[in-house]
Amino acid sequence: MDISLKNVEYRYSADTPFERLAIKDVSIDIPSGSYLAIIGHTGSGKSTVLQHLNALLKPTKGAVVIGSREIKAGRKEKNLKGIREKVGIVFQFPEHQLFEETVEKDICFGPMNFGVSETEAKRRARDAIKQVGLSESILEKSPFDLSGGQMRRVAIAGVLAMEPECIVLDEPTAGLDPRGRKEIMDLFYTLHKERGLATVLVTHSMEDAARYADEIVIMHKGTVLKKGKPLEIFSNPEELLAHGLDVPEVLRFQMKVEKAFNTKFSKTCLTEDELTDVMADFLTGRVPR
Amino acid sequence: MMEKMIIGRYVPADSILHRMDPRSKLIIVFLFVCVIFLANNIWTYGILVLYTFLMASFSKIQARFLIGGLKPVLWLVLFTFFLHLFLTKEGAIILDLGWFKVYEEGLRQGIFISLRFFLLILITSLLTLTTTPIEITDGLERLLGPLKKVKFPVHELALMMSIALRFIPTLMQETDKIIKAQTARGVEYTSGPIKDRLKAVVPLLIPLFISSFKRAEELAVAMEARGYKGGEGRTKYRQLSWAVADTLMIVGLLFVTILLLVFRG
Repeated sequence: MDISLKNVEYRYSADTPFERLAIKDVSIDIPSGSYLAIIGHTGSGKSTVLQHLNALLKPTKGAVVIGSREIKAGRKEKNLKGIREKVGIVFQFPEHQLFEETVEKDICFGPMNFGVSETEAKRRARDAIKQVGLSESILEKSPFDLSGGQMRRVAIAGVLAMEPECIVLDEPTAGLDPRGRKEIMDLFYTLHKERGLATVLVTHSMEDAARYADEIVIMHKGTVLKKGKPLEIFSNPEELLAHGLDVPEVLRFQMKVEKAFNTKFSKTCLTEDELTDVMADFLTGRVPR
Repeated sequence: MMEKMIIGRYVPADSILHRMDPRSKLIIVFLFVCVIFLANNIWTYGILVLYTFLMASFSKIQARFLIGGLKPVLWLVLFTFFLHLFLTKEGAIILDLGWFKVYEEGLRQGIFISLRFFLLILITSLLTLTTTPIEITDGLERLLGPLKKVKFPVHELALMMSIALRFIPTLMQETDKIIKAQTARGVEYTSGPIKDRLKAVVPLLIPLFISSFKRAEELAVAMEARGYKGGEGRTKYRQLSWAVADTLMIVGLLFVTILLLVFRG
């Protein structure tokens, strides 16, 4: 299922003194099975873009195509449930949406809203809880007795159990420790690789974007500043820095080395391994032993 | 869906009403609430409507926004209207449908009472729209100051009020956020049968309650950590200043009161 935004504009509180233009002229394509990262500062409009991906917000101009449905500005849309079943969203701090008595019931809530039978929902709950790295014994507990990190995982499991075709992640690792962060990001990457789950990651971590995404969109002040493959995006780090955006740590280090040795490496490195190789070649070539 | 609500919201602007001392605004609203009961015929209600609309125009707030924001409470006003229309059985019958009759007095009462209700909501909204919560609390604390002599906890009351007002927008945002999260999980809040929509309230209210309690606790700890110990010996950073305009506004309302006394039947 492909999703595409076509020249989307969105205004919050239209026709009131609080009216605010959040995004304008945003066009993004998300082919099925791809991994897209949307990066930008706070207030750059990334969260607004995200809410268009399953019709939580309807564009005030332009159109959003989700699979076979087209959501156009200025038209009343009914029956959006079908879209929401296919596009799951993990919001920022998803643990805030937990409400059931037990973890199992909470995970089953989503699937059952979409008409999945109770036994099937329970099976999915067991699957999902394992996927997020928790033991099945947690299913019987109250979600409010869990630690923050566990609650986050349970909430994520609740979205995974819907078995969406595309999953949208809004800073899924905010507030987690580095290890939890890596575990969660790896979990989504595995799902993406193994099941071909289309993934949209909204983040301001350049590292995550560079490491996982096939395609990166950079948002700036409500518009798309740049889009392309990670290498294309980061091959011109000066431009990013000029807009007050960060570049991955590895690249920053590469730039420092290049400056110190007054040279330019042949390629842009996004992982530690790549950079180590390039530097080893450079150093051995320069200082033969 | 929450973005259009105006109750408890402040709209920054530069208008006569915005510049007034919160104390005078509070006095005017209080007086107005009392005075409105003097009206009992078309002339006196006319005067009140005129006065309210004059005040609304002073506020420099777009009429469209004001009316749009009051829409949710208009239902309550309509409900009041029909309640009076159906339940008052006095005066001549003006409509007879057999199984139910509309009486003249019922229509009159319905119109007047709902109008009274509407004007009250409008005037109090104007107060909150043109005064920041902090100003309202400061003003109230000063106005109630004398009650401290009889050991009435004025400062605590003012603090409670400002906290409540302060968290209305936060709660709205939170509601919006959770509605979105649950909608993404397949709950329908804006369509579907009433029974389902009522059920949908549970996954909204529980997270809201939990986050509110959590926030209250955090706030209490934060206040304690910064050495809060009540109103004792506390000085004010913001000074209130009473200007000529404030006196004039109150005189204006007193004049309206006299008119009401003269024209009431």
